[in-house]
Formats: sequence, C-alpha cells, structure tokens
Amino acid sequence: MSALVELTAVSKSYGNVRALDDVSLEVHAGEITCVLGDNGAGKSTLIKIIAGLHRHDAGVLSVEGEETVLSSPREALDRGIATVYQDLAVVPLMPVWRNFFLGSEPRKGAGPFRRLDVATMRETTRSALLRMGIDLRDVDQPIGTLSGGERQCVAIARAVHFGARVLVLDEPTAALGVKQSGVVLKYVAAARDAGLGVVLITHNPHHAYLVGDRFVLLKRGAMAGSHAKDGITLDELTRQMSGGSELEQLSHELERAPVPEHLAEDVAGD
Amino acid sequence: MTATATTLSAGMGAASRSTARRLLARPELGAVVGAAAVFVFFAFAAEGFLRASSLSTVLYASSTIGIMAVPVALLMIGGEFDLSTGVMVTSSALISSMFSYQMTANVWAGVGVSLLATLAIGFFNGFMLVRTGLPSFIITLGTFLMLTGLNLGFTKLVSGSVSTRTIGDMEGFSSAHGLFASQMSLGDVTIKVTVLWWAGLVALATWVLLRTRTGNWIFAAGGGAAAARAVGVPVARTKIGLYMAVAFCAWVSGQHLLFSYDVVQSGEGIGNEFLYIIAAVIGGCLMTGGYGSAIGSAVGAAIFGMASKGIVYAQWDPDWFKFFLGAMLLLATLLNAWVRRRAEATSAQSRQDDPTARKQAGETR
Repeated sequence: MSALVELTAVSKSYGNVRALDDVSLEVHAGEITCVLGDNGAGKSTLIKIIAGLHRHDAGVLSVEGEETVLSSPREALDRGIATVYQDLAVVPLMPVWRNFFLGSEPRKGAGPFRRLDVATMRETTRSALLRMGIDLRDVDQPIGTLSGGERQCVAIARAVHFGARVLVLDEPTAALGVKQSGVVLKYVAAARDAGLGVVLITHNPHHAYLVGDRFVLLKRGAMAGSHAKDGITLDELTRQMSGGSELEQLSHELERAPVPEHLAEDVAGD
Repeated sequence: MTATATTLSAGMGAASRSTARRLLARPELGAVVGAAAVFVFFAFAAEGFLRASSLSTVLYASSTIGIMAVPVALLMIGGEFDLSTGVMVTSSALISSMFSYQMTANVWAGVGVSLLATLAIGFFNGFMLVRTGLPSFIITLGTFLMLTGLNLGFTKLVSGSVSTRTIGDMEGFSSAHGLFASQMSLGDVTIKVTVLWWAGLVALATWVLLRTRTGNWIFAAGGGAAAARAVGVPVARTKIGLYMAVAFCAWVSGQHLLFSYDVVQSGEGIGNEFLYIIAAVIGGCLMTGGYGSAIGSAVGAAIFGMASKGIVYAQWDPDWFKFFLGAMLLLATLLNAWVRRRAEATSAQSRQDDPTARKQAGETR
C-alpha cells in the first residue's frame, strides 16, 4: 500500500536561507509519524509544505502515490490533509459551532436565500465532539472560553469529522500542562485508531514516544535521523533530540568551566 | 437589567441561564441600554422631542449616519478600518452629478458610472490592503486625503467653482429623486426614503452576518485571520468584498446627497467617517475585530440621531453636541467592555462542573 503522504528529498529556501534541506518522510494510514526538532529546525516549514501554505522548491511530494504540488490550504484540505496549528487552530471570539464548520459551512436553500444550516451545524458539532468524548453543554459559547487542550481537541474532532485522511498536528501539547497533554494525546491516538495517518510535530520526545510509530529528527533544516519505533529507545530518542553529543560536550564544559575572574572576585568580596 | 438577568440565571435551570447569558453576550446590549437612556433623557429634557415631526427628523438624521454605519460595522467586524468613507460619499455624488452634466442628458447614466467608480475606490482600498499588508488605517488615510484633494480640485476644474452645476432640470432627475431622496407620510410621521434604505441594509447585513457563509468568514477574518486562512477561508477576498460593500453604501449616501438638492458642495463629508465609526463602536463593534453587529450599528446611529436633534429641541447650544458624542463614545465602550467581561465570566463559571459551587456563587450574588 502506498503512503498517504510521502516526501522524498524535499527542500525549501526562503531567499538564500535554506529552511529545509533534503527531507524525506512517510505517513501511513493508522500510523503516527512524529517529527522532532528544536526551534528553528525546520518543523514549521515542513508543516507549511504539507498543509499547502508554501510550495517546496525541490524534491517530490506525493499524496496517495501521486506526485503533486499543493498550492493552497484549500487544495490540501480537498486532498484530505487537515492541519491543526498550535495557536491558530480556532478563532477565539466565535462560538464553538461556527469554528467547527469554519471554511466548510453546510448550507441549504437556493439562490440568494442560500444560508447556513444552523440547526445541523449545532447538532453535528455537539455529536461529533461527543463521539470524541468531549461533552460541551453549550456549543454557543465562544471557543476562547475553552481550555487550550479542549480547543486542540475540538480542532482534531473537526478534522476527523471532515473526513481528513491525514492529520498534521503542530505542537499540540506545547502550551499544555501534563494532564491536558495526556488528554490531547488520547485524541491523537483516537484519530489514528480511526484510520487516519497522523503527522505529529513536537519537541517533546516523551510525548512522541508514547504514541509515535515513526520518528523523523530534524536539525537546522536537515534530517538528523529517521527511525521506526522498534529501531530506537526512548533514551536514545531523547539523547538525539536534545542535541546528543553536543549536549554531552556542553555538560562537560559546564562541569569544568573555570569561574571567570570578575565573578570570582564578586564571590570573594561577599 | 443586568441584575434581573443575574437573578434569573441564578434562580432557574440551565436553559434560562443560557438564555440570559446569550442576551448578556449580545454585542448590541450596551447600545440598547444607552439608547434607552438617551431617549428617556431627551423625552424629559427637550420639550417636543416626542412629537411626531421630531420623530421624523430624528429618524432621518439617524438614517443618514446609519446607512454608512452598517458596512463600516461589517468592516470593523472583519478587522479593518476605513477613514475614506466620509469623502467617498461626496466623491460618489460629485461623479454622478458631473458625469451627468458634462457627458449625457440623463442622470441615470451618471448614477451608474458613479456606482462603478465608487466600487472601484472600495476595491482599491481592499486590494491595497491585502496586497501591501499595511494597516488599513494608513491605506484609507491615504485614500481619504487623495479623495479630499480630488473632490475639490476636480470639481473646480470641471465646473469652475466649489460646487457642481445644478442637474435638477435633467432627464431622469425625478425618478432618481424618488429612489434616493423622496419621502412619504405614515400618519403624522414623515418617513424619508433613506430610512427604508437604512432598514433594508440593516436587515440584509444582519442576515448575511448571522446566517450566511460570508458572515462566518467576516467574523473569522477579523477574529483570527491566520486561523481562518488555515481552514481555507478566502480572507483577502472577504476583506476586499467588505471594502466594496462600504463603497456601495457610500454610493447610496452620495446619491441621496445629490438628489436631496441638485448640487453638491465638493468640500462636504470630511469628518463624517468618524461618525460612522462611532456609531459602529457604540453599537458594540470591537476595535480589534471579530465581534459586533449590524443592529448595534443601527442603535448607535439612532443614539447619534436622538442626541444631535435632541440638543436642538432642548434649545441648547449645538456646540455641545460634539462633547456629548465623545462622552457617549467613551461610556458606550466602557459599558461594552464591562458587559463582555461579565458574559465571559458567566460562561467560564458555568463550565465548572460542580453544581454546588455554581449554586453558592449564584446565592452570594
């Protein structure tokens, strides 16, 4: 079976800055592919290419085996790729049900009387959220009044509802506490069990290892490693993720670092 | 009002609680309270304020602001400003008048050309905004100044004075007058046709905002443009459309200006853009976008109409009007902010799943 989304040696430059260089990854149905990397590693560029916000300059992007260039988020959505962004998943002041259907509003009536099917929208929102295990009493409340975790879950439920086959999640747990993160990861796993291919972008190897099937490590725009779950341990993943040998050297230096003179004087002065 | 809503929500079940909260969360609530206060105030302070003829005058004054406040409110909900609206109305009237006079014998040709030209100005505003990414404040300030200059300069160039030539004797004048500047009697009350335009526009805008996909996109474009774009909302197109809606209403206002008399003063309209914005803000539109209503803008315009005419009926020096308007703006904005905070606090509170905690909170209030 061909991958839902496959990137082969994809590169992207902004002016003469190489943001992404020769990156390959595969996303399969019912699997979670984790993309790990530090700030500036190229994670957001990668997302933007898969989400259709930016076009790649080199390499091949295939959706369900078909080579393609995504030119807009709309096109990506039409191809079954839904992206949930960390802070831009929702419009805070709009009610939950309006957010849920934003960009894909169901309508009824004809001609100038074509209008939103509000009753269906409210009801569908409630039931789709309930299926994901989120019980909202009032879908009319502004979505900004929900917690960060709940907002992510609504965005995920929305993607699942609209028949996404690939779900791209940008740092879904970055701004969340431990408990909330757990809840979100549960929904990520639920989406996978529903048969979606998931791309989970994160800088937290613990969260990645909990749910991931494949791990792609990015460093300064380039691939620093690609592993299947049975090919790597959490410790090794954490080590590679946190800079690996660089970190070892840093800890070495910190241990041995001689106290700078002016600091030493201050200490002595006390 | 607020106290009643609170007791209601505390005393009754979840259904009425949510109704009360929804009422509190309406953007126009503050404006309605304010309008009622202004009405009661002038009903007592100004003799003759409640007469039918006064009502006609107040309605007319409200409608001239209201027609423009509607699209300005939509634009603000969409997250943008337009400072060129005041002079755009004059431009539209000038184009219509001068084209008719210079080029043809029928005013409807001028009216049509004016519509196209005004929509083009609106398109220019919107296109520049989405293309350059500059703040709409700057873009439309530029348009405002350019139009001000063009209005004066072009008029003087064409007709040799600061006002246009009269078109009152031209073909089609009476039918155009009928559409844009006629009036009818309803008992003792005289209704200007602008009031009908106003009511129609408010109804249309409300329907679009609350019941169509476009409305959803307007709220999203102002409340979170990046999030909206990410789910496939054509934010740029929505914003350009909003500027063109503003232009359309400027055209309606401009034709009214022209056909009420039969000449247009080229220096008119400067400063009116703020009145439209004030009406929208008093009506509950958030300066930062994503929140507001068309009905609110109508209530805001009504407050303006009542205050501007009420001061005359109260036989005060009309110089005080601007002070009153400023104070009203501040009060309304404060009230809106307070109401919204309260609405948010209520909904945040009801999210807590512990019913006893909620009950206690209700009792202590």
